[in-house]
Formats: sequence, C-alpha cells, structure tokens
Amino acid sequence: MDYAMAFLVGGVICALAQVVMDVGKILPAYVMVLFVCLGAVASGFGLYGWLIQVGNAGATIPLPNFGHALVAGILEDAAQKGWLGLLSGGLRATAMPLTMAIMAGYLFALLFSAHGKGNG
Amino acid sequence: MAQKRLGKETVFLANPPAIVATAAIVGPMEGKGPLAEYFDVVEEDTLLGEKTWEKAEIKMLQEATDLALKKAELKTGDIDFFLAGDLLNQIIAANFVARKISRPYLGLYGACSTMAEALGLGAMLIDGGFARQVLIGTSSHHDTAERQFRYPTEFGVQRPPTSTWTVTGAGAVVLAEGGHGPLVTHVTIGKVVDMDQKDPNDMGSAMAPAAAETIWQHLQDTGRRPSDYDLIVTGDLGRVGKPITDVLLKKAGYDLTPVYNDCGIMIYDTNQDAHSGGSGTACSAVVFGGYILRQILSGRYRRVLLVGTGALYSPTSAQQGESIPGIAHAVAVEAADVVD
Amino acid sequence: MKANQRQAAVFKKLVQTRTPPRPILRNTLQAFLVGGMFSLVGEGVMKLYTVVLQLGPKDAGPLTSASMIFLGAFLTALGVYDKIGQWGGMGAALPITGFANSIVSPAMEFKREGLVLGVSAKMFTIAGPVIVYASLTAVAVAVVKLLLKGG
Repeated sequence: MDYAMAFLVGGVICALAQVVMDVGKILPAYVMVLFVCLGAVASGFGLYGWLIQVGNAGATIPLPNFGHALVAGILEDAAQKGWLGLLSGGLRATAMPLTMAIMAGYLFALLFSAHGKGNG
Repeated sequence: MAQKRLGKETVFLANPPAIVATAAIVGPMEGKGPLAEYFDVVEEDTLLGEKTWEKAEIKMLQEATDLALKKAELKTGDIDFFLAGDLLNQIIAANFVARKISRPYLGLYGACSTMAEALGLGAMLIDGGFARQVLIGTSSHHDTAERQFRYPTEFGVQRPPTSTWTVTGAGAVVLAEGGHGPLVTHVTIGKVVDMDQKDPNDMGSAMAPAAAETIWQHLQDTGRRPSDYDLIVTGDLGRVGKPITDVLLKKAGYDLTPVYNDCGIMIYDTNQDAHSGGSGTACSAVVFGGYILRQILSGRYRRVLLVGTGALYSPTSAQQGESIPGIAHAVAVEAADVVD
Repeated sequence: MKANQRQAAVFKKLVQTRTPPRPILRNTLQAFLVGGMFSLVGEGVMKLYTVVLQLGPKDAGPLTSASMIFLGAFLTALGVYDKIGQWGGMGAALPITGFANSIVSPAMEFKREGLVLGVSAKMFTIAGPVIVYASLTAVAVAVVKLLLKGG
C-alpha cells in the first residue's frame, strides 16, 4: 500500500508539472523553480507535511520536498535558537542531498564525458 | 554600373560562375537518413577521434573543403577568397579552417542561411571580376550547437514537436569562372524580417516570414513564376515553417506547392526523432551539395532556387526579451545548357 | 524589418493554426508513470533505511534523497537520463534524480573547458536558480510563520 501511494502521489505531482510546462509553454527550469517554491509555501500551510504522511516517498522524492525540507529545517532551528535559525536551519536540514550532489557531480564529471546526441 | 541589378533586390550574374565541385560530409545520424547515399562521407561518430565536439566540427569542415578542392583539382593557392561560416560563437569552425587554408578569408554569419549567403557573395565576387576561384565552406554540429544555444547534451529535457535537430555535417563548394558545372545565375540577398516570434523551441515560425519575403522578392524581380523552377528549396524551416511559408506566399499570389521542399524535412526520416526536422548551417549545405547538385548534374532538375534560411537567435538577446529575427537568401542555380 | 503589433498578431494567429500541438495527454501520462517509478524506487530505498538499517526518520529521509541523487547522477553519467527525460518530461525532471541530472549534465558537458571554470563553475547553472529560489521562499515562509507565532 505504501508503494502504491508513493507511486500515485509522486506521479500526480510530476503530471501536474508536465501540464504546467506544456499548457503554459514554460521552459523546464522555470517549472522546477516554480514547484520548489510551491513546496516551501505548501509547507508553510502545513500541507506538505500532510502530503508526506499520505504519500511517503511520493512526496519526498519530487523537488517540492526540497522547499519543504528547508522550511522545516528553519523552523526546527528557530524553535531552539530563535531568529538565528533562519540562517542555520535550511542548509543543515538539506546538507546530505546537497553534499551528495556536489560530490557525485564532480566525481562523475571526472570519470565520464558527455556522450552527446548527434549519433542519432 | 547598375546594369547587373534586376528589380529591387536581385542581382543577375552576366558572367555566371560555375559550381565546379561540392563536398558533403555528415555525421552518423544523417547517414541513417533518406539522403545517406548522396553524401561523400558519413562519419562513424560525432567526435571524429578528436577530444571535443568543437574540434570535431573544425575537422569536418576541413575535410569538406579539402575534398571539394580535390574534386575541383585545385590547390589552396588557387583560391582567391575563402568564404565560410558556422553557428558557433565567433564562428570558430570557419576561423580555424581559414587559419590552415591561409588564403584571403571572409568569415560570414547568417546562422543557417550561411551557405546561400556565401554562394551569392562568392558568385558576385567572380562575376565582378574580383576572383577566379572561390572556396565556400559551412558546418554545424548537433552537440556544439546544443551546448552553446540550449542545454548540456545529457540534460533530461523534453523537446517539443516544434523543435528542430541541428545537423552534424559540413558542406563545401568551389565556384569558378568559366568552369564546368551548374551556374549561379541570380542572387536575391534577403532582409532581416522579424514577426515578433519568441519561442526558442520554434525556429521554423521565426524564419518563415523571411523566407516568404525573399522568395516573393526574387519572383517579383526576375518576373519568374514558381513553375519556372523544378525545385524551390528552403534551408531548415521544417514541418512547422514550411507550411507557413507556403500559406504566406499563396496569400501573395504565388503557389509554390508543386515545386516546394525543405532541406530540413528532406534530411531525416520521420522516425528519426528529429521532431520538426533538421536545422543548422550544415543542413542546406549538405543537402544542396550532396543531393540537389547531383540531381542537377543528372538532368532531373534544370533550375533550382536555393533559399538559405537563418534564425538570428541569440540566447542573450532572447533572455533580454528580444524576439527572434529571421533572414533568407535566394540563389538560382541552373544547369549550364539552360542558361545557354 | 520588425513587425508592428497588428502584423505580429496576424502572424501569431497563422502560426497557431500551423503549429503541431504538444501531445499533452500522452506527455502527462508518461510524466505520471516516470515520476511514479522514481517515487516507487525512493520508497524502496526509504524502507531499506528505516526497516532494515533501523535508521530514524531524521536521517533516513535526507539519506534517501542523497541516495536518489546518486542514482540520478549515475544514470546521467551512463548517458541514460537524457533519454528518460525525453520520454518522461517532468516525470524525469521534477524528482530529485532530475535535480541531480541538472547538476551532473553540465559538469560532464563542460569538463573540456577545465575543472575550475568548466566543471565546477557550470555545475549549478540549472540547479543554482532552484536552490536560490527555494532558500529565499523558505526563509520568507519561515519569517511569516515565526511572526504569526510570536504575535
């Protein structure tokens, strides 16, 4: 059941993004920015926490979760050290994926070259 | 001195120079397309043994110019002018080939219209008596264009159906005074036309008005009808831009449909996932130099109007909100006995 | 020549009638399937960390994200992710694996321009804006929440 809900919620979020991109004829980078901001806003209303309860990884794997994780991290730190949490919480909560992204990005760039598409 | 001008914007060449040799080199994807058998060389991969795609594009353009010279039985020293261009910033493919050729060089940027631009300019140089032999070369490479104009090639972005696929290839032409081969008889240099198109995924629509304008002007100036040509062929308008050009010209009183085709549509099969069709500086260069010229030589086509089309697109100006201007140049190429 | 507003409007209409429509229904279905698949895999990874390795949710969540980033990076390195992206559209771009793809693809692409001004400088050309806007929005949302709570 967890797996089915993950598939469903994750799929629906991505399908929504696809509709926004195709109907609005928006470039993909803008859709990614839009959805990550929506994630942060939804988090502010407590909606994203609810979505994670429902969909588990279906909510945490799509990019809006990054916005949610930043908000959640800030609020957590703010609960302990007040306004200082605004500066410390976001990156603390998202350190693992960001550090992994930098490490993996650099590592794979060293090991592999872009393959290109001109070979058809 | 205006006796070589015809109408408002066309020049006719009183001593029409001949296309004495062409060379068309393409990448592997173009080598799987319907015109494969007409290309001189089909490369096995897009790197050509080089370290970067830019170096590969330079090598391909070098090979094309070498081959065209060899076919024309000329040496680089016989060349009075080298006219070349490509899509890269500072037209580096053309510049680096010119470095090796080491003859008087004019670097041209007409985006994908550069082959027609160079043909027209080269023909005028010869007709004017300023040159006996002119070497022309243009190239494009899917991956150099992709990383410069759009996204990294490994980025998982979806291409909409209006997008075109940059042709990997290089074309070269040798024009000579009094040589054997089809003749360049008329040149209509186009104006920049901008109908306020802004979609970077749809170059066909941005270029179509320029193509229609140049074709209309050419027909007006020469007094010819579309049916006077066996083929009117645009560069890379694709499946979106071609019908738009057709409609625009029908509104202006010319029915092109029976003789009209587009190099971007001709170069790939529909199942090759090139969406709207091929594009790029090499597109019209290899289709013209490889396929169309052979058809003229075999007698199937007697009179062809090559209309090079270019989208003068820059990511910088586009990001600053500017629209995409288009340009098109028309060059009439006729079998030698038609002109006599 | 630049079209005036009226000419541009007339031409725009002509373009609209001749432009092949984006296959929105098919694209959306494919985005749903691909996005769902990545989420399904993520769920499996999450279960691995929570059930098998007995990690708490505080660590398992970010670790799952990090693992999926590694997966996306690896598929990019193999030259597979761009093909998934062409088929799956936002289903490939929006999951965190797509975020990884947006970092690894320019890093690999600009390797030939060197390790400092190539790989490292270009790494965040696409992901950078995502991080910037996510952070700004998150701070703004948090400020509002803190003010409401404090007030």
